[in-house]
Amino acid sequence: MIVIRTARRLSLRLHPRALAVGTAGLLLALAAGVLAIGHGDYPMSPADVLRTLTGGGSPAEEFIVTELRLPRLVTALAVGAALGLAGAVFQSLVRNPLGSPDVLGFTQGAATGALVVVAVGGSSAALAGSAALGGIVTGVLIYLVAWRRGVHGYRLVLVGIGMSAILTGVNGYLMTRVPLMSASRAMLWLTGSLDGRGWSDAAPLLAALAVLVPVLLACAPALRMTELGDDAASGLGVNVHRLRMLLLAAAVLLVALAAAAAGPVSFVALTAPHLARRLTRAPGVNLLPAAVIGALIIVLADQVTLRVLPGQLPVGVVTGVIGGGYLAWLLATERRAGRL
Amino acid sequence: MPTSRLGGSGLRLAYDRRIVAEDLTVAVPDRSFTVVIGPNACGKSTLLRALSRLLKPAAGSVLLDGEDIHRRPARAVARTLGLLPQSPTAPDGIGVAELVARGRYPHQGLLRQWSRDDERVVAESMAATGVDDLADRLVDELSGGQRQRVWLAMALAQQTPLLLLDEPTTYLDIAHQVEVLDLCARLHEEQGRTLVAVLHDLNHAARYATHLIAMRDGRVVAAGEPRQIVTADLVKEVFGLPCRVIDDPETGTPLVVPAARARVGTVAP
Repeated sequence: MIVIRTARRLSLRLHPRALAVGTAGLLLALAAGVLAIGHGDYPMSPADVLRTLTGGGSPAEEFIVTELRLPRLVTALAVGAALGLAGAVFQSLVRNPLGSPDVLGFTQGAATGALVVVAVGGSSAALAGSAALGGIVTGVLIYLVAWRRGVHGYRLVLVGIGMSAILTGVNGYLMTRVPLMSASRAMLWLTGSLDGRGWSDAAPLLAALAVLVPVLLACAPALRMTELGDDAASGLGVNVHRLRMLLLAAAVLLVALAAAAAGPVSFVALTAPHLARRLTRAPGVNLLPAAVIGALIIVLADQVTLRVLPGQLPVGVVTGVIGGGYLAWLLATERRAGRL
Repeated sequence: MPTSRLGGSGLRLAYDRRIVAEDLTVAVPDRSFTVVIGPNACGKSTLLRALSRLLKPAAGSVLLDGEDIHRRPARAVARTLGLLPQSPTAPDGIGVAELVARGRYPHQGLLRQWSRDDERVVAESMAATGVDDLADRLVDELSGGQRQRVWLAMALAQQTPLLLLDEPTTYLDIAHQVEVLDLCARLHEEQGRTLVAVLHDLNHAARYATHLIAMRDGRVVAAGEPRQIVTADLVKEVFGLPCRVIDDPETGTPLVVPAARARVGTVAP
């Protein structure tokens, strides 16, 4: 631990390992991003990419980078960061390492919203908006059902799993109502994909991140206290109820907007906080490292879909395979260590 | 009448519609080691929850320094009134010093994350509870008695003149129970803190308390110094237990000895 103090009662506490993991993750994500921008029908070297990004490219390069490839990359980074953050918040809120939005039904809710639009036909903006709305409505529903003198971890998990099962059924039904022509569009969305994402897809999520990241970081110390149990946290002066409402709303918003931007990219929200915790070796919630790792996972997964695998596979397939494998491994090792 | 910074009057304590206590009035004398006793479900833990702001009374109010405790900001209360709940959870993989440091939360802020005061108070709290040599260990690795001392150190690091303890000796063996209570008594005497504890063991209560509150069915049956109020009649009334009360040979405080099982005639072999 590093402590910085000034004479004027200012004191900051930094954890070198968390700082190192965050910085390294960020640099890796940016490096992967530069490689990602260079990849495509018009290949560019990393030097060309950097030159173009700093304003020294030809008009053609300029167009390819800022209009075609950069939006996709920015969407990927934003979605990954949002999912990593939301996952870390959810896992800490419900005090359960499996408490991710994939498991709790928010993602399914977003899918329901999207499928409704696909079934009746609508623009991709309408689809994104409806997906965001679906996620938020699901969050409110789960909150109302789980409410009983405050929201407690276990109730939230159980209600969330129930809601997730119901919505999976609803989504299955909606899929049968989707016109055959639109079925592939629906499937592509449901897997989570970054294909053809432009600035307009990323904008709502970026705005949400700009507001919610500072809010979440300000809440982080209080959130750490709730890890001691609600009673102990209250005793330390945390308004547990208000904190939980705020965090729940913020996390649901992030998940819903991430789903609106890229579809329900699976397992990132579940995996990123775990990886962050293992890498930083810090107990409890680690918001920024989780966000950075989430962004890194999606950018890398997107590169795997573009370069390694044949055909245009959606990124959700890769995160699903990696995340699912990681989850199975995690369950096995935690079980052996007697922690689960 | 001793002064009292913490107390409640006309309290109706209820969980949803289940009323636990009606028109309950209590006062915690300043600088006392107050112990609340009573049979299971008598409302003693509920009373502690109300005193510590965890439960909002349905009627009446809990006053801290003359002000309704629910009208004051949570953090300000947490700088005056500390709480060690019955079963707090230590996050996976947290170290002893780190857990104790969390007691400093109500004194910290965004730009005041770890002051010299924080550092000093945490060190002092660990020394006072004898866990300073465990500072670098993981909480998960400790014995039950050590862990309880670490939690006490965290509560001490909060630097509150008043400290509430909900059954601090539960799940500990007899030696660790005495160790924790000795520690509480020492903190009370040396640091002049007001302690309020809920205890199950009547003899422990009688030995360590300077002020005893005996409850049954949500009301206070008797309150006062143990030597004055612990009698066979009181124990019968509160716990329904026939007993004799003798002097504790170690401390001279009341010692409750339950009556032997009544023999209903002897059966011939």
